[in-house]
Amino acid sequence: MAEAIAFYVISAFVLGFAIMVVSTRDTVHSVLFLVLDFLFVAALYVLLNSPFLAVIQILVYAGGIVVLYLFVVMLVNLKRPPEAHQDPHRRTKLGLGLAAAVLLELGAIAGASYSSPAPAVAATAANIPVTGNTEQVGWLLYTSYLIPFEIASMLLLVAMIGAIVLAKREL
Amino acid sequence: MSAVDTFFIPLLKIVIVLNATLVAVTYMVLLERKVIAWAQSRLGPMRVGPYGALQPVADAIKLMIKEDITPVKADKWVFTAAPIISMVPALIVYAVIPFGPEVSLFGRKVALYITDVNVGLLYIVSVASVGVYGIILAGYASNSKYPLLASLRASAQLISYEVAVTLTLVSVIIMSGTLSMVGIVRAQEHAGVWYAFIQPLAFGIFFIGGLAETNRAPFDLPEAEQELTGGFHTEYSGMRFALFFLAEYANMIVVSSVATTLFFGGWLRPFPNIAALGFLDIVPSWMWFLVKSFVFLYIFIWVRATLPRYRYDQLMRLGWKVLIPLAIANLVITGIVRVVMLGAGG
Repeated sequence: MAEAIAFYVISAFVLGFAIMVVSTRDTVHSVLFLVLDFLFVAALYVLLNSPFLAVIQILVYAGGIVVLYLFVVMLVNLKRPPEAHQDPHRRTKLGLGLAAAVLLELGAIAGASYSSPAPAVAATAANIPVTGNTEQVGWLLYTSYLIPFEIASMLLLVAMIGAIVLAKREL
Repeated sequence: MSAVDTFFIPLLKIVIVLNATLVAVTYMVLLERKVIAWAQSRLGPMRVGPYGALQPVADAIKLMIKEDITPVKADKWVFTAAPIISMVPALIVYAVIPFGPEVSLFGRKVALYITDVNVGLLYIVSVASVGVYGIILAGYASNSKYPLLASLRASAQLISYEVAVTLTLVSVIIMSGTLSMVGIVRAQEHAGVWYAFIQPLAFGIFFIGGLAETNRAPFDLPEAEQELTGGFHTEYSGMRFALFFLAEYANMIVVSSVATTLFFGGWLRPFPNIAALGFLDIVPSWMWFLVKSFVFLYIFIWVRATLPRYRYDQLMRLGWKVLIPLAIANLVITGIVRVVMLGAGG
């Protein structure tokens, strides 16, 4: 009961801040609402008994990536409102189309997971020889999901090298 | 579990820890003024109370009754939020710092820490990483050139040194096999040695990184007076300025406490593996913790009184080209040694 109440309260905050992110005019305020949003998403993870994911969410998103966003937003200085598009209706149509596509996709995922509630992950969770949230996440990453994990780190490495190459014309 | 155990005792602990921290922070300011005065053959504050002992009280009253100015062109909400954002992370970190083990107090088992979550160390790192927003936003919201420059400097510095510090923490995690702060102290008890002796390099990098993370001399570039007037809090006055000031000192206490817990055995007495030194147990565990943390706080001040400020490019070079490679090397070696030891049944 208490968990349900907490879930709905936190979700309300997550959605509320998400709306604030896209509706505020000031870009810096928008980024700040994004940080608040991430903090409440972390609270949702705590509610799901995965404290590891919760602190990683704060460390990586709130404490890392969004700080860099903030840097960029502050440095390009968007105090001046962006110039209106020649045809405001075209933008609205495009936005509505994109929103409908995302909604459809989310609905499909939700429907698929509702009909078959992820048996594969549940089965592997029972086979993990370690206890503790952090240990289990680590175990899964280095056994069942080793190749996706390594590919993801390769991608990050490539992105990093790309950034260095772009930033330094003469190496 | 009765209501007293689940609700009242944690609440009491939170009240005690918060108040103790705030008192410690104000007296830390006095200690710093005194020690630096002695280092420069001066007396320091002498007027308020015996040997200036009541100076923090006078300072607090002065800051509270000062006029609180918000610049006309400032971003009001963010300007108000920034000091709070930098103060709160510095305080909530104490939730996972263990001051001692479980002890019997008035016939009741009481743990001398607020909570022992099994991701304690990651919690500290993530909360500390949120603290950087306070500095960035203070500079941005002031809508003034010097604070903006200072805050950009400060945040670049914090982000750079965060990498090196976090890498050294991973070495400690490899040694202890746990992320829980209490677990790390227990692991040192089990190993019979403080990790500072096994991981001297990691400790060195952690402490240098800690100086940079708290914007302390010799890395206090964000508030270099000659170049940036007052740093990112130039436009702040009164209690809001005081919050930034308190956050800096609270962060120093956090770094000292974390260094004590991770590298100097937390509440353990010296040489926990030598039974002949058992008479040292007469000193209560929390006392050891406080003494060790105090030594680090003293070193913070000592370093400030001794070393001149780094130049900005030197700071960045030290962080990226010396500390981070060393921390990575230390991490790799620690990992290899650990795997070999575990393979040999160690």
